Amino acid sequence: MSRAALLMLADGRFPAGGHAHSGGAEAAVKAGRITGAADLEEFCRGRLHTAGLVAASLAAAAVLRVPVRELDAAADARTPSPALRVAARKLGRQLMRAARAAWPSQELDAVAREFPKGAHQPVVLGVVARAAGLGASDAAHCAVYESVSGAAGAVVRLLSLDPFDASGVLARLAPEVDRVADLAVEAGRGAVVEGVGALPAASAPLLEIGAEVHAGWGVRLFAS
Amino acid sequence: MHLDHTHDTTPAALGADARRPDGARRALRIGLGGPVGSGKTATVAALCRALREELSLAVVTNDIYTCEDAEFLLREAVLPPERITAVETGACPHTAIRDDISANLEAVEDLEDEVGPLDLILVESGGDNLTATFSKGLVDAQIFVIDVAGGDDIPRKGGPGVTTADLLVVNKTDLAPYVGSDLDRMAADAKAQRAELPVVFQSLRTGSGVQDVAAWVRAQLAAWTA
Ligand SMILES: Nc1nc2c(ncn2[C@@H]2O[C@H](COP(=O)(O)OP(=O)(O)O)[C@@H](O)[C@H]2O)c(=O)[nH]1
Ligand SMILES: [Mg+2]
Repeated sequence: MSRAALLMLADGRFPAGGHAHSGGAEAAVKAGRITGAADLEEFCRGRLHTAGLVAASLAAAAVLRVPVRELDAAADARTPSPALRVAARKLGRQLMRAARAAWPSQELDAVAREFPKGAHQPVVLGVVARAAGLGASDAAHCAVYESVSGAAGAVVRLLSLDPFDASGVLARLAPEVDRVADLAVEAGRGAVVEGVGALPAASAPLLEIGAEVHAGWGVRLFAS
Repeated sequence: MHLDHTHDTTPAALGADARRPDGARRALRIGLGGPVGSGKTATVAALCRALREELSLAVVTNDIYTCEDAEFLLREAVLPPERITAVETGACPHTAIRDDISANLEAVEDLEDEVGPLDLILVESGGDNLTATFSKGLVDAQIFVIDVAGGDDIPRKGGPGVTTADLLVVNKTDLAPYVGSDLDRMAADAKAQRAELPVVFQSLRTGSGVQDVAAWVRAQLAAWTA
């Protein structure tokens, strides 16, 4: 595995569309659920163990060659909010484009052809990680980290939060990020044997509801 | 990077490739950037009116936090609704046109897929500062729109937009007498910054300059399809 490829994939500047999404933070800020660094930490912790775990398990399973179509259906089943499904597929398509330029491979081309409007982002992330020579643990770490770093970055913009405080939140969550990534790799291995039904389905109802409310706003800074 | 363009091996274009996956030449993409309120949307509307009879057109807008530009164009009925798409930029309009162009690429490709062969797609940036320019991976040429009311020293100050844009439009010349802007000085400063690159002074109130901008676009298109 190439550690540099992992850094590239996890870099928020990798041009895969993430900058336009807040991971539910914009809706939570508007609803008064995030007002500062302490709330942000709790919000991110909630994301870690729900959306983060599910995304990372899908990504790990994709690296372990669980069929993409089955994983994509499993992701749909674990994403009640139609707005979040749309966002996940858009981001999957955007990641696919950047990855095909960075790590050209027939496997990526095949998935892009099968899902011209995008598969769920975590599933694409797993396929991309493999194309970049990375393993299940790498993909899971990327997915879990993204599940909190995107929200933290968005809150810096939304609340003019001190960026050092946001970095402190992410650093404090790091051991938990590692643990969730390990759980996700286990779950991905489980899916190889038992099928996608064995993947975690932890959900955060407020994230789903918030996403639907957010999608209805006329004025917003982030796409989701 | 070289990409082959045959249908069976290349599922979708990656970026600036001149050919679509089916081998046909894609539409010319022209970006319009410049500060908030300088007249980008109004220039897009004027271009659509000037060119829509002779060309198959579409527009992508990048609003900062609403869909107002797209809604304005829809209200003005400059093009049928299916030819206008809004991209959400996540509080960072320059990122969406320069550093991470994927959402805009998807928008232009979807327009070509869905409304059929297009000659020209205009991509309006969410208004930003004087340093915001379009990536060459997204557009083939860019117009930078400033206005006389934003200060007649903007051409002198330069910056990437003013200095490097393929066309500089100095808009709202009708307002010059009221805001005390010296158009001759703006023209001389622009010439000093841009050497041979073209500049058009335009007023969408009086209509002067509109045909010059349209003629420049026609020339870009002629070069693209040559
Ligand atoms: N007086 C005058 N107003 C203009 C001209 N062009 C645009 N405007 C007005 O300037 C305002 C901002 O224009 P708009 O196109 O929305 O700017 P954008 O933010 O760059 O897209 C609108 O109220 C336009 O009607 C012009 O040539 N002269
Ligand atoms: Mg505008």
